[in-house]
Amino acid sequence: MDYFLQLTVSGFVLGSIYALVALGFVLIYKSSDAINFAQGEFLLIGTYVALTLVSAYHIPFLAAFILTLIFSAALGLLVERVVLRPFIGEPILSMIMATLGLSSLLGGIANVFWGTDTQVFPQVFPENPLTLGKIMVSPVYVWSLVIVFVLLGVFSLFFKYSRMGIAMRSSADDQQAALSMGISVKKVFAVTWAIAAMVSSVGGVLLANINGVNSSLASIGLKVLPVAILGGLDSIPGAIIGGFIIGILESLAGGYIDPLVGGGVKEVLPFVVLVLILMVKPYGLFGKREIERV
Amino acid sequence: MLHLNNVEVMYDRVILVLKGMSLHVPEGKIVTLLGSNGAGKTSTLRAISGLLKSENGQVTDGYIEFQGKRLDASDPEGAVKQGIFQVMEGRRVFEHLTVEENLLAGAHTRTDRRNLKSDIQAVYQYFPKLEMLRQRTAGYLSGGEQQMLAIGRALMAKPKLMLLDEPSLGLAPLLVKEIFSIIKKINQVEGTTILVVEQNANLALSIADFGYIMENGRIVMEGSVETLVSNQDVREFYLGLSDLGKRSYRDVKHYKRRKRWLA
Repeated sequence: MDYFLQLTVSGFVLGSIYALVALGFVLIYKSSDAINFAQGEFLLIGTYVALTLVSAYHIPFLAAFILTLIFSAALGLLVERVVLRPFIGEPILSMIMATLGLSSLLGGIANVFWGTDTQVFPQVFPENPLTLGKIMVSPVYVWSLVIVFVLLGVFSLFFKYSRMGIAMRSSADDQQAALSMGISVKKVFAVTWAIAAMVSSVGGVLLANINGVNSSLASIGLKVLPVAILGGLDSIPGAIIGGFIIGILESLAGGYIDPLVGGGVKEVLPFVVLVLILMVKPYGLFGKREIERV
Repeated sequence: MLHLNNVEVMYDRVILVLKGMSLHVPEGKIVTLLGSNGAGKTSTLRAISGLLKSENGQVTDGYIEFQGKRLDASDPEGAVKQGIFQVMEGRRVFEHLTVEENLLAGAHTRTDRRNLKSDIQAVYQYFPKLEMLRQRTAGYLSGGEQQMLAIGRALMAKPKLMLLDEPSLGLAPLLVKEIFSIIKKINQVEGTTILVVEQNANLALSIADFGYIMENGRIVMEGSVETLVSNQDVREFYLGLSDLGKRSYRDVKHYKRRKRWLA
């Protein structure tokens, strides 16, 4: 039972990070119907920047974290302006291909600057594990959870109430009509990409604190895709719940099944679950159905 | 207030839809633009509000002036900021947003955001039904309610000139009457200048001060509502009225009369 709880807790934390990165996918899909295959590379570069700031320049973690957020936002804006804006009005497939190219490019840049070796993130959070009842939780996990929940909360409030948030949801609904309100769809796109880059880099930094950094971190981007699809590609609550489901399943599979079959189930399971759920709910768990008035 | 001078609009660089369109909307009045399908009414509105570009269209000749300033026909944001707001054909509410969020989206370009609450209340004054539905998802509203929301959303931007594209589309006759009377009221109370495009000529002429009739991308007739309503051709082609009762096909001169307009 303790083992189960232990696995569930670490799955929960992992899931919260997935949820955060999936949020980036969902935002971009909602605003432009495109899937961003470079999400993982945003994560990678953000993480390396944070790592460099902390270990090479000895900037305190909190300040480095904020600088990383700013850098990621700028990176998102730049990418949107240079790579994606020319694709507005072009077929969606072209845009998706562009993100695929972007992912190779950014991945290459990361390798050139930071190499491919695994690097350890300097100790930021205290090492002594906290005991909650019978299970031990490392402070990194607790802090990750706190950070993720704060960010998710901030973003939900932003989408629900802020002027820009409403504009973003409007243009996701009907771009032409949004234009006629005087909403600048270009600005909406730019903000979307900035947020997507920011949430990925936060996810990356947290994962790096748990597992260390190397270029395979970018594959999280691919792993989070089933999370987003599972929840329904256009649903923010869906992305969050999908993140938790996949995180916990993965952790449980890693703990119980992997030792029996010699490993590997952990990596496959998200995709198996995805296929099963899509068979029953083709729009994903919370995907938006087209509203049709009868 | 608004002048269109010899405006030409082309889609995809080949399809010429407006062929030298000229129109004048005086301040504080309701002007209606009538015409059959494909005459270029919606294109005219798009040229004014800057929504041409997203449909691959452009103004190739002539110019549009609003309050003495040239308008750039490819800049909807600028148009809204200068006080021109188009209520698009087919209502186009944001389906997954609530009624109130739709209204807030309409106020996107407003800088005096402190007054938004009272402005939302003002919209509910015009459309009491919307207040009961304020937290409802707009996609599930009835057609009439959506049209009210679309107009309410436009009010939130406090426009000087409101462009209405077929507000009667797909609505029951009683509802259409209600909506048109509210449009008239908005014009009188808020002083908003209104340019309304309609197929329902009867109704449009009943609230307008001035009318234009379009065919094939240009104006073929214009005048005050009184002169239009008393015009033989308008009565016959647009209002479906005939003074002569039933006529035999031999006497029908539609063809020639239409010809004369087009020349």
